[in-house]
Amino acid sequence: MVQEIGLDQLIREHPFFEGLDDATLELIAGCAANERFDAGQYVFREGQPADKFYMVRHGSVALEVRAPGRDSIVLQTCDDGDVMGWSWLVPPFRWKWDARATRLSRLVSFDAICLRGKLDADPALGYAMYKRFVRVIAERLANARLQMLDLYGAGKE
Amino acid sequence: MKEMTALKDPMVPAPFRIERVRKELSDTFTIDLVSAERRRAFSFLPGQFNMLYVFGVGEIPISISGDPADPETIVHTTRAVGSVTNAMWKLGAGQTIGVRGPFGTSWPVEKAEGLDVVIVTGGIGLAPLRPAIYQIMSNRAAYGNVCILYGARTPEDILFRKELEKWRGQFDLQVDVTVDYATGRWAGRVGVVTKLIGRGGFDPHQTVALVCGPEIMMRFAVEALAERGVPNERIYVSLERNMKCGIGFCGHCQLGGDFVCKDGPVFGFDKIAHKFAIQEL
Ligand SMILES: Cc1cc2nc3c(=O)[nH]c(=O)nc-3n(C[C@H](O)[C@H](O)[C@H](O)COP(=O)(O)OP(=O)(O)OC[C@H]3O[C@@H](n4cnc5c(N)ncnc54)[C@H](O)[C@@H]3O)c2cc1C
Ligand code: FES
Repeated sequence: MVQEIGLDQLIREHPFFEGLDDATLELIAGCAANERFDAGQYVFREGQPADKFYMVRHGSVALEVRAPGRDSIVLQTCDDGDVMGWSWLVPPFRWKWDARATRLSRLVSFDAICLRGKLDADPALGYAMYKRFVRVIAERLANARLQMLDLYGAGKE
Repeated sequence: MKEMTALKDPMVPAPFRIERVRKELSDTFTIDLVSAERRRAFSFLPGQFNMLYVFGVGEIPISISGDPADPETIVHTTRAVGSVTNAMWKLGAGQTIGVRGPFGTSWPVEKAEGLDVVIVTGGIGLAPLRPAIYQIMSNRAAYGNVCILYGARTPEDILFRKELEKWRGQFDLQVDVTVDYATGRWAGRVGVVTKLIGRGGFDPHQTVALVCGPEIMMRFAVEALAERGVPNERIYVSLERNMKCGIGFCGHCQLGGDFVCKDGPVFGFDKIAHKFAIQEL
């Protein structure tokens, strides 16, 4: 029988949360919920309030930009284990992109409104969380730069 | 690394007949060659290259991309970037090309037996690794987990796509493909190939890594492999430098004290780590 790992355990074992004390982990788990998205379903849309962030349990979510009159452009996909979304940390707290499940995806969502208040009230907790998000953001930036380099060269027109 | 079965005089190209030319991508083609003299066997090791001479135009190094178990046909996959490669693409079946080789060092396919193998490659870099993949697959039970992590520019630039799909369908192979640019029609991964290293199903302490692609990609791939704990002495990279003789005489391909044609193109990363950091960028 396949045993589903509980949210609590999942959060404890995820490298993103490594090093946080029990009380903080408990607080974070209290703001977490399982969500399921079918292929093609949007997790969030550009411009909407960014009141959550996500961790991909299984599946794949494309972060994409809509382009009028043409297919949307995928900036990157977030896959198993990825932490997704930091617009909840930066005013005006609105999503910059669309996020669309490219196949059936199970995510953990974290209620950012509840967390934001706690991070503001507790600078040590705020710092611990910002430190973790800065790593994710720095990695994304480095990867985005590599993508922009067009490493494999232009194809023949 | 084994001695190669070289042609008689390494400086004189032997005539080979083009048996087939096929378009792989908008800028990439594969040619199958057979000896024009007689159907003689041409044995090579995965990772080795030939100097291909387009008569009247010039001679260039191209890796062998075919199956080492088929010594009758020599297969090369080439991206058309300049005068010789474009002239080569214009040749058709029945025409003749000059071949010197095989030259250079090979992927440590036998040394990797008993270990996991992770192949990290991008763009045309899959071509020089394909013979290694064939050889590993023909002796699959000798290895632990085998992962192929491949990056391309767009979904349309995925080389050997049908073969990748076939390999991906096998139970004993992990194949992950990612592209740098895609529209919403592409259902696969988008992002850099190095990101796949963090999730590849291999034991970093018991893994041999074979890396081939643009040099910047290889640098970041090596960094990501090291971050996962793969030691430098089990990371192998294939380097490209301009070549002339292909056999260590002319010095064209010199990289510090090494010749890429003779001491490479496949190098253990521990041997070249100090040079690698200052190359290209
Ligand atoms: C050991 C070795 C193995 C190789 N294996 C392969 C292979 O399997 N398949 C393959 O397609 N190529 C391979 N190459 C690269 C290939 O040799 C060159 O692309 C070729 O020499 C270019 O010759 P050209 O006359 O067509 O281009 P040139 O006229 O010499 O160059 C035209 C333009 O292309 C650029 N250019 C030259 N080489 C490259 C390159 N490697 N990548 C991108 N742009 C380039 C030049 O800077 C120039 O702007 C290998 C090189 C080495 C050293
Ligand atoms: S190409 Fe002449 S020494 Fe390497």
